[in-house]
Amino acid sequence: MKQRKKSIIRFLASALIVFLVLFLLQRLLIPKYATGIVEGAFVAEYYKEENKQFDVIFVGDCEVYENFSPVVLWEEYGINSYIRGSAEQYIWQSYYLLEDSLRYNTPQVAVFNIQSLQFNESQSEAYNRMSIEGMKWTQSKVNAIKASMTEDEHFLDYVFPILRYHSRWSELTSDDLKYMFKSPSVSYNGYFMRVDTKPADYVPEGRNLPDYSFGDKAWYYMDMIRELCEKNGIQLIMVKAPSLYPTWYDEYEAQVVEYSHKYDIPYYNFLELKEAVGLDYSTDTYDAGLHLNINGAEKMSHYFGRILSDEYGVTDRRGDVELDKIWMKNINDYETEIDRQCILYGVDRNSLFRYSRKDQ
Amino acid sequence: MLFTSYSFIGFTGVLLSVYYLVPRRLQWIILLISSCVFYWVANPASLIYVSFTAFTIWGCAIMIDRDYGIQNEYIRLNKGTISKEDQKAFKARHKMIREIWTSFGIFLNIGILIVTKYFSFLAGLFTVQQNHFTDIIVPLGISFYTLQAVGYLIDVKRGTIKAEGNLFKMLLFVSFFPQVIQGPISRFSDLSVSLFGEHEPERKEINFALQRILWGYFKKLIVADRIAPAVITLVSDPAKYRGAYVIVALVLYTIELYADFTGGIDISIGVAGILGVKVTENFRRPYFSTSLKEYWRRWHITMSQWFREFVFYPVSTSKLVQGISKFARKHLGNRGKKVPVYFSSFIVWVATGLWHGANWTFIIWGMLNWLILTVSEELEPVYAAFHKKVGFSNSYGYKVFMCFRTILLICILNLFDCYSSVRDTISVLASIITETELGELFSDKMLTIGMSGLDYVIVLAGVFVMLAVSLIQEKGDVREYIWKMPYAIRFAIWFALFLSVLLIGAYGIGYDANQFIYNRF
Repeated sequence: MKQRKKSIIRFLASALIVFLVLFLLQRLLIPKYATGIVEGAFVAEYYKEENKQFDVIFVGDCEVYENFSPVVLWEEYGINSYIRGSAEQYIWQSYYLLEDSLRYNTPQVAVFNIQSLQFNESQSEAYNRMSIEGMKWTQSKVNAIKASMTEDEHFLDYVFPILRYHSRWSELTSDDLKYMFKSPSVSYNGYFMRVDTKPADYVPEGRNLPDYSFGDKAWYYMDMIRELCEKNGIQLIMVKAPSLYPTWYDEYEAQVVEYSHKYDIPYYNFLELKEAVGLDYSTDTYDAGLHLNINGAEKMSHYFGRILSDEYGVTDRRGDVELDKIWMKNINDYETEIDRQCILYGVDRNSLFRYSRKDQ
Repeated sequence: MLFTSYSFIGFTGVLLSVYYLVPRRLQWIILLISSCVFYWVANPASLIYVSFTAFTIWGCAIMIDRDYGIQNEYIRLNKGTISKEDQKAFKARHKMIREIWTSFGIFLNIGILIVTKYFSFLAGLFTVQQNHFTDIIVPLGISFYTLQAVGYLIDVKRGTIKAEGNLFKMLLFVSFFPQVIQGPISRFSDLSVSLFGEHEPERKEINFALQRILWGYFKKLIVADRIAPAVITLVSDPAKYRGAYVIVALVLYTIELYADFTGGIDISIGVAGILGVKVTENFRRPYFSTSLKEYWRRWHITMSQWFREFVFYPVSTSKLVQGISKFARKHLGNRGKKVPVYFSSFIVWVATGLWHGANWTFIIWGMLNWLILTVSEELEPVYAAFHKKVGFSNSYGYKVFMCFRTILLICILNLFDCYSSVRDTISVLASIITETELGELFSDKMLTIGMSGLDYVIVLAGVFVMLAVSLIQEKGDVREYIWKMPYAIRFAIWFALFLSVLLIGAYGIGYDANQFIYNRF
């Protein structure tokens, strides 16, 4: 009896040590995305929000998280919004992120950036990781993994990330220790800020494609997004961000326009609304036209916020005590980051659209 | 299903749970179902091939056994009533019948092996036109299970074992999944008892088996698969990688082959072990051999035994070789008495080479092995005289020297495994002498072949661990040694080994999942 008791204690102690060591190693080895490539942190940051009663949810790739500023939407229209986007987020990932968001709240409007329709299969394991890893474990995450995995990937690697990142021990930095259990927020309601400017003086020409048709899988998830919104009474809006490249082909545009007409879904192609928005590619982009900087994002938000507010009646939540408090902090963090980046990139704060407009 | 894949680990885990939950008499059926699933997942056609082999070998063995029964019954019933001559004639007739059944079984199964594995090679010898046989799928593990099945049939024919009456047990014997990828090649008499037996979960046995599996993964994932990209790079372009690169290739390949093959066998034996099945050992620290002859007694033991038992003995006792023997004795006197042995060995080594692959490189490899062994045999008296004359031949240092000498020989022979043509192999071997600049061996160039500096350090550390373990194994069982230690220490040792495989193993995204080298043979 005594021997049996001893064996049980020994087994339990061993199991505890094994689990503890593996847990700590996993925490140490997984990428923290706190500095450098921070895009991988965006999806997880959503869950840190105490109040998730967002009226507008953006889903999509870099064309949403770099081109719309929820802070401006709040400041100017009282729109409580969040961007659930990550780098090269594929349409099936956008679908499952939207589905995941509905666990917390049903928004009035879902904005989907249609850039990802061009992909019928996941192109890169690294992007899959950045889009999916931060999701909380629900059926949506399981389905997102299944829909996204490339040939080399394995479901178990998502369940136990240590299997994926086991060899990162040779590239660990002090950040991995520092942010082992808690990382700082790097986005502003999902918005990725850049204050620096790199004018778009050259736009690479798109190469001819053998086939411009969007694939079956892409359309399947487009239908899924539409049906999810219909089922939940959410107004779906499709947008194309004003990124000068990669090339948005006329053939792509025709398919989206046809779909929007067929299902009566509003579609805004901001490439065609550049003048209306007031975009200036000599001041409003930080990477020569691929993504907008804070100037461009704020102009876009200023323009699009009016549409959301006037045409789709998104509620102005200003005056809600709890939200006012949350947004006051958000705005403060946002401006602090502007100041930090202005110093980092040597940008005159007052030259930014945000402050030059306020001065006028 | 790769042994290093999650699916294999999951498959084994599920099997283990079911295996010890079902009534013990059903355990062999669970093994049979698992083996069929294993084949089916690899390729449904493979399951058909292995089933055909099991069926034909089972049928032929039953007929042989039946014939033994008829013969023995006849002799028993007619004891004293028939003359010795009639009895002899009767036995000869029945021996002929048994030989026909044996030949039929061998012909069918070796025939399938030849068609699926060698037809392109043989057709290429006689035609320059491209043939369509390259499209034939080589069934999973066919080289291994065919030898195992044929060995069984010959054993039944020799009367050393009784034929297995249950077709499904025969199918399990031929298809037992841990042996599929790379052997070992088991004898029915060795495997069947534990394979068809009933097993209770024994804590120590299962622990040892799991430790063996872990050790196999250590060799495969930390050493072999870390080296593999460099070896692939080096042998893929013999025009570019010459001289010093060839030295690196032959050293790395020899380490890789050892870690890969012995690691795979460790996993095979370990997986069989957790199921209570005892599979024959295939290695005994081969790189500690002081001669090539000893090496072949320590490396791929079951294959060597198979060729000795089922090729060497039949060939050396055949009428042809007896004739050669007489001829040699007549013309060469005493010196001719070894000629039949050398002739039979030659056949064995050509067959061994061919078994490894349908390529001239393997045939030359086999012939070179034979040549070295034969020359060594002939020079044996010279060595003996030399050893007698010098005082240090029994010293530890001299033994180490002989080990290194043997390893060097093996390194060179192994190169014939690597390159796709004999011309390339000879060309790169010659380049070692004509083009090597020793400085290159330690230059940055060696970091551009698919291995980083860190990879070299890890491989070196892995080799030291394998060496240390082998040294302990020469004196006794490492696991037994660790088992006797206090729990905390043995837990720390095995957990450290597990963590090293988990963290340092070359698996997952960014690494190529490498099939075991011997799977291609």
